[in-house]
Amino acid sequence: MTELTAASPAEIAAKTTRTVEIDTHSINFGPQHPAAHGVLRQILEMDGEVVERADPHIGLLHRGTEKLIEYKSYIQALPYFDRLDYVSPMCQEHAFALAVEKLLGITPPERGQWIRTMFAEITRILNHLLNLTTYALDVGAITPSLWGFEEREKLMEFHEAASGARLHANYFRPGGVAKDLPAGLEDRIAEWAETFPKFMDDLEGLLTSNRIWKQRTVDIGVLTAEEALAWGFTGPCLRASGVPWDLRRAQPYDKYAEVQFDIAIGRNGDCYDRYLMRIAEARESVKIIQQCLAKMKPGPVKVQDHKFSPPTRAEMKRSMEALIHHFKLYTEGYHVPAGATYTAVESPKGEFGVYLVSDGTNRPYRCKIRATGFAHLQATETMARRHMLADAVAIIGSLDIVFGEIDR
Amino acid sequence: MLEFFHTPLGHVIVVFAQALALLVPLLIGVAYLTLAERKVLAAIQLRRGPNVVGPFGLLQPFADALKMLMKETIIPSGANRGLFLLAPMLTFGLAMIAWAVIPVNDGWAIADINVGVLYLFAISSLGVYGVIIAGWASNSKYPFMGAMRSAAQMVSYEVSMGFVIVTVLVCVGSLNLTDIVQSQNHYWFGFIPAWHFIPLFPMFIIFFISALAETNRSPFDLPEGESEIVAGFFVEYSSMSFALFFLGEYANMILMSAMTASLFLGGWLPPFPFAPFTWLPGPLWLIVKICFLLFVFIWVRGTFPRYRYDQLMRLGWKVFLPFSLFWLVLTAGVMMAFGWLPHGV
Repeated sequence: MTELTAASPAEIAAKTTRTVEIDTHSINFGPQHPAAHGVLRQILEMDGEVVERADPHIGLLHRGTEKLIEYKSYIQALPYFDRLDYVSPMCQEHAFALAVEKLLGITPPERGQWIRTMFAEITRILNHLLNLTTYALDVGAITPSLWGFEEREKLMEFHEAASGARLHANYFRPGGVAKDLPAGLEDRIAEWAETFPKFMDDLEGLLTSNRIWKQRTVDIGVLTAEEALAWGFTGPCLRASGVPWDLRRAQPYDKYAEVQFDIAIGRNGDCYDRYLMRIAEARESVKIIQQCLAKMKPGPVKVQDHKFSPPTRAEMKRSMEALIHHFKLYTEGYHVPAGATYTAVESPKGEFGVYLVSDGTNRPYRCKIRATGFAHLQATETMARRHMLADAVAIIGSLDIVFGEIDR
Repeated sequence: MLEFFHTPLGHVIVVFAQALALLVPLLIGVAYLTLAERKVLAAIQLRRGPNVVGPFGLLQPFADALKMLMKETIIPSGANRGLFLLAPMLTFGLAMIAWAVIPVNDGWAIADINVGVLYLFAISSLGVYGVIIAGWASNSKYPFMGAMRSAAQMVSYEVSMGFVIVTVLVCVGSLNLTDIVQSQNHYWFGFIPAWHFIPLFPMFIIFFISALAETNRSPFDLPEGESEIVAGFFVEYSSMSFALFFLGEYANMILMSAMTASLFLGGWLPPFPFAPFTWLPGPLWLIVKICFLLFVFIWVRGTFPRYRYDQLMRLGWKVFLPFSLFWLVLTAGVMMAFGWLPHGV
């Protein structure tokens, strides 16, 4: 009798039940995977279709950008920024240009600033179109990506007209932009800006109220405002969680203080809100572009101090001084006063920062790059846990990850 | 000479010729369906589609087939060779033999059997074996996940599809596909076709959506979910073994369209009982209907994102199954109450 009553519930359970351990199986998600957005390698511990653990492996696209920049003059370092996040090249040039300008103590002329602001926004639309549409592709909608690429092509042509390159523009320079816009480009951009909202309506028609799209994204990969801040989120991903933080508003650079635009804020911090953020931002960007075009006046586009920007060709034919300036600028570059700066811009993906240390020579002593996607990628583990494989794909898509930037 | 066709050997030759007469156009149809899909998707996506090989890209399917034939068939070292090669053959073979019962005109069916619908249902259910065997025999993780998804998907949709078919059977009172089409051969008020899709409209929609799921087409293309499990069950396949899966999938699309057309859209019947609609022969009307349904297949693919595994199952079990069951009981009840049941049961 006593024996029976002595048995605790735990002991009874131990006798009647059997503990079976179900092994998870791990799959290699990438680096060669259609939804890996480049070279993401994720080791997924799966329980059937459910992700138990997502372990992102990075470094497959590491090119040593930061170290390479230490061996380049400030002008030579600039093109490396195009090649970080190759989807939003000009915004990153912007960060480096602003950082060097801060150390040099120069300010670009008005028109240069307007052009930079405008092209930063064109780049933002370029980036958001690519992300929104490839994100849709990850979720299985194949048409948006082709529509988006059609529209991106128009924007790439603006890049090309201004800089000569479609992708790696190398257009923003410390002290302004490389050269003025060609004749007629402003009109073409204005014309395009008229048609763009219609395109966004079409794109939204495919996705925003689509039941399947909503089922696939609403409440997937939810991150609260606190979590998002703790993980170092910035940009649309942070705003989707409800934190109204946008560097264009919080610490305006170039002409952002002089343009009117709204900042979209999400509520749930899920994949759907991140999608909506980008849609809203692309629409706001067009408004900024239109304001830039309206407020832009003819004038110089780069500082007129030829220690920092090259003299004109015509001048070089006539003036010995100009020739020397040109030679010195493109061989030795300029010496930047010793100092350090952390300069950040609101790149399409979030806060893109450059921590630049100068020791007074013509080359940066150190250039630390704060990659936006790096912070976002580390949260995939938290966001994807206990979600299904298909959700993990949607989460990665919604985070807007580009490996050129993360691996640097 | 005519007596020869009544000898056993002659009969075999006749059936063989009939099968050939059906399969050759079918395979050409499959080839051009791949082109049509690329063209329609291209139009949806503001592209031009294949337009280099031949005029309007019309020779593209043959170029693709030739390329596939030239490729090396790679069998992964860990794979179960026999099953690995059996799977694509099974998929393709099943997609072909199902056509035996489809009537392309009045009495034009290779096997005009009285259990035609059951045969069709059984064959299309067997199709899942090709996928599961492929996923298992590949001995690789992504294909295996594709196979698991496929198994779950097929089971989820087969049931509601079964109820939809039973609803049609209640209205017709026969399992013979020719009878099913013939039962739709009258016109209300002389011009509204009495096709089943009008009285059974919700069932028609459910059947079509289930057909999408049955053929692994978007938005239910989970077994091959490109962005999730790369290509699903045929990740490891190459060359002709891959081509057979591909052909099988497209032949299945045409099959399901033909089945939908026969059950709901009056098979070979013209939409209106007067000229010029009656000028077009029956088989052409069937082809027109099949083409329309195939266009919808492709249209859906160009429009919708993909369902998630559990959402697809939820749709199958919690929405379609109760609804089709309800509609079956409703249909049967109405038929009973008004004495419309066939054969005066």
